[in-house]
Formats: sequence, C-alpha cells, structure tokens
Amino acid sequence: MNLFSNIAEYAEFFVHSFFFHWNVRKHKDRILEQIDSVGIGSLPIIVIISSFLGLVTTVQLSYQLLGLLPRYFLGATVGRMVLIELGPILTGLIVSGRGASAMAAEIGTMRVTEQIDALESMAINPYHFLNFPRIFGTMISLPILTVFSEFVAIYAGGLYAHAFLNVPLSVYNYGLVRNFFSRDLFGGLLKAFLFSFAISVSGCYFGFKVKGGAREVGVATTYAVVTSCVLILILDFIVALLVFG
Amino acid sequence: MIEIKSLTKQFDGHYVLDNVSFEVEEAKLVVVLGPSGTGKTILLKSMLRLIPVDQGEVYFDGKNILTLSIEEVYQIRKNVGFIFQSSALFDSMTVYDNIALPIIEHTTIPNREIKEQIKNFLEIVGLPGREKLYPRALSGGMKRLVSIARALALGPKYLFYDEPTTGLDPVMRDRIVNLIVNLKKDYQKSGIVVTHDLETAKAVGDEIYMLKDGRIKKLARIEKGMYG
Repeated sequence: MNLFSNIAEYAEFFVHSFFFHWNVRKHKDRILEQIDSVGIGSLPIIVIISSFLGLVTTVQLSYQLLGLLPRYFLGATVGRMVLIELGPILTGLIVSGRGASAMAAEIGTMRVTEQIDALESMAINPYHFLNFPRIFGTMISLPILTVFSEFVAIYAGGLYAHAFLNVPLSVYNYGLVRNFFSRDLFGGLLKAFLFSFAISVSGCYFGFKVKGGAREVGVATTYAVVTSCVLILILDFIVALLVFG
Repeated sequence: MIEIKSLTKQFDGHYVLDNVSFEVEEAKLVVVLGPSGTGKTILLKSMLRLIPVDQGEVYFDGKNILTLSIEEVYQIRKNVGFIFQSSALFDSMTVYDNIALPIIEHTTIPNREIKEQIKNFLEIVGLPGREKLYPRALSGGMKRLVSIARALALGPKYLFYDEPTTGLDPVMRDRIVNLIVNLKKDYQKSGIVVTHDLETAKAVGDEIYMLKDGRIKKLARIEKGMYG
C-alpha cells in the first residue's frame, strides 16, 4: 500500500512540476544552466566511459565472432549493440549518478535552509521555479549526450579494430551502414528521452521531500540515484518490449 | 488588518498552537514573545499557509487565507514580506539577484528601473554597494539585512520577522531593531515580530503577546523573569 501511495505521490509530483505553466522563455536562463550542468558537465566522463565501452565491446565481439563471420560483422554488431542498448543505458546511468544526486542535494539543502519556504513566501511556485528547468534541461541534454556517447563508443571500437584486429575502418563502416536500422536509433533515443524524466524527477522529488538536516540530504541523494537507476532499468525493459519485442 | 482566530496546530498529539487568536492593526507591530521551541515560527508559517494547520482562520484584509485557492494565496503572499530566521537567501545568487527575484517574477518593470529599486532597498537597510556579493561573503547580520531588503522588494503591506535579532552582536541587533522601527514609522509597514529576546520585543512592539505551551496571552508589560 505504501509503495502504491509513493508511486502516486511521485507521479503527482511529476505532473505538478512539468505539465502546468509551460513557460520555456521565462525559465530560459535556468534551463540553460541545467543543460550546462547536466549536459556539458557530463561530457568528459561520457567521453572516457564511452571510449572504454566501445573498446571492451569490440574486444569481446572479436573474440566471439572473428573467424566465424565476415569481418564487417564487427562494425555491424558493435553499432547495433551500442545504438539499441549500451549507449542509452550507460549514458543514463552516468547522468543519473551525476545529475540526480546533484539535484537532490541542491534542492534538499534549499529545503533545510528554508530557501524553498522563501520562494513560496514570495509567491513563487517552487515546482515551476526549481523543478521545471531541471526536468526540461535534462530532457534536452540526455538524448544529445546519448548520440554523442554512441558516436564515441562506436568509433573507439572502430579505431581499435583498425589498429589491432586487422579490420580496416572502411570495412567496419561498411558493416555499420549495412546493418543500420532507423528503428535502432529511434528506440535508443526514446530510451534516453524517458530516462531523462526518471533522472530529473527522482532528483527533484527526493530533494523536495527532505526534512531535517545534512544527514537527510545525504539519504535523499542516495534514494534519488538508486530510484532513478531502477527506473532506468524498468523503462529500458518496457521500451525493449514495445519497440524491439 | 490581520486577524487570527482559533489557530490550532498539533504534532503527534502535542499542541504547538492551541486556539491562538489575536489581531494586527494597520501600521502596528505585534510582537509574539516566547522561549525557543514554543512554535513561534510555526505560527508565522501557518499564517501564510506555508505549513498546514489543523483548524482556525487567518484573515488578511478580510480574506481567510486558509480557504482560498492557491492563486489567491499567492496574491496575499505578494503583500507580505517574510524575513526568515536563517535569512534563507539563495546562495547561488548575488545580493542583487536575491532582491530582484520577486520583482522579476511578478512584475514587468524594466531592468534599469529594477537596478534603481535595488539600490534604494540596499540604502534603506544600510548596505549600499553590496549588489555583487554572494551570501557566503556576508556576515549573519548582513544576511538578515539583505533578507529584509528582499522582503521589501514587492512593496508589501505587512512584514513578518522571524527572530530578526537572534544570534547577532549588540551593534547589529540595535541596527536591525532601528530598521524595524523605521520601516513601521516611515513606510507604514504593519507586521509581526516573533522573538525570544525581551529587549527587541520592548523596542519594536506596539502590542506584545506571549506564546507558551501553545497558548497566547496579551501582555500589559514585560518584566524580567517572565519566562519562569
């Protein structure tokens, strides 16, 4: 029963924060701040992790496929795996670790230092002022980050294959293009789009719910990251069923 | 005029506010005095519907804020400046942005005029030229003064002060007390000051109430040792 009421509360929080009073122009500066923080701020770690993701995927696939299948299959398989699954989910989890925790900590601190009460006392709706820019900014950033991550991962793998596996980049590219399906890209981006809500709403929700002090802010941060990661995996399964099932 | 009638709030069966009733007349400052932890802050926040109450009525110029729609509540809140005990300044914003925020959110005043207004507010509170500083660069007393400047931003009719002089040195305390008195005298700001400080209460209050064990009682005069 408690679980259901928590889900209902979470859904209500999302609706309050995102669906009323859409005013992108009014919140433009705060949205850009979030894009900078969530999106651009994640680029370095995305580059590092996506590169190694591409390298590991290529090494493991070459171990399983080379010798059994034509060499261009390496590009085809790395590409599809990254586009459908690895790119979106890894980017989602990284941004969850950075973004949801930062949002929960920031909003939670504002809660315990009465800054949210101050907003309300000034007749400023904190749902619109604090949550909407964070949700909207993450919604813009995550799909772009995902595409970037996929590009880095695929070509890190391609360069490794070219340098160490005797698979020229042209052959790798041929496999990539030959086995490209727009549904793969669409499915991956749909995941990224949905993950963005899981991350930002969890961060804002647990931050808003903080009561107490520093310890509770820490607990909220943990809940935000754990919840957003679980939601990412659930949404991943649902999209996989709907788009690829 | 503000009228509070039978305001009641309890936590786990313990009455923090028990049928609290009093009035704040035009251009008057009412002080609610009481030891720490008696629910003075809860009283102020309940009056603005920042926290829910169990029962009671709070009328701002004849409108009961506790029964209004959230849009109507916002209209009333625009008319009340709230000075928090913690100052509650937005630490990611400069002094200028803190004070400008309510003006930008609720009016269409051009930037140049906002700049002039903020300069004026900072002069009123005695902090000219501090626009570019962040709250982390301010002392506790200066934060309290900026918080007062922010509360003045929308030209409210009422000011609610939550422990305005707590934790300040005597010089800063006198400065804030004088400011509160001047705001009432020169700008006709009515309001409520909640405090546990007898000296502040005596210096600023037109009427003084004592809040203890959830009950409120009007005091004829303040005597030392009254907490006992």
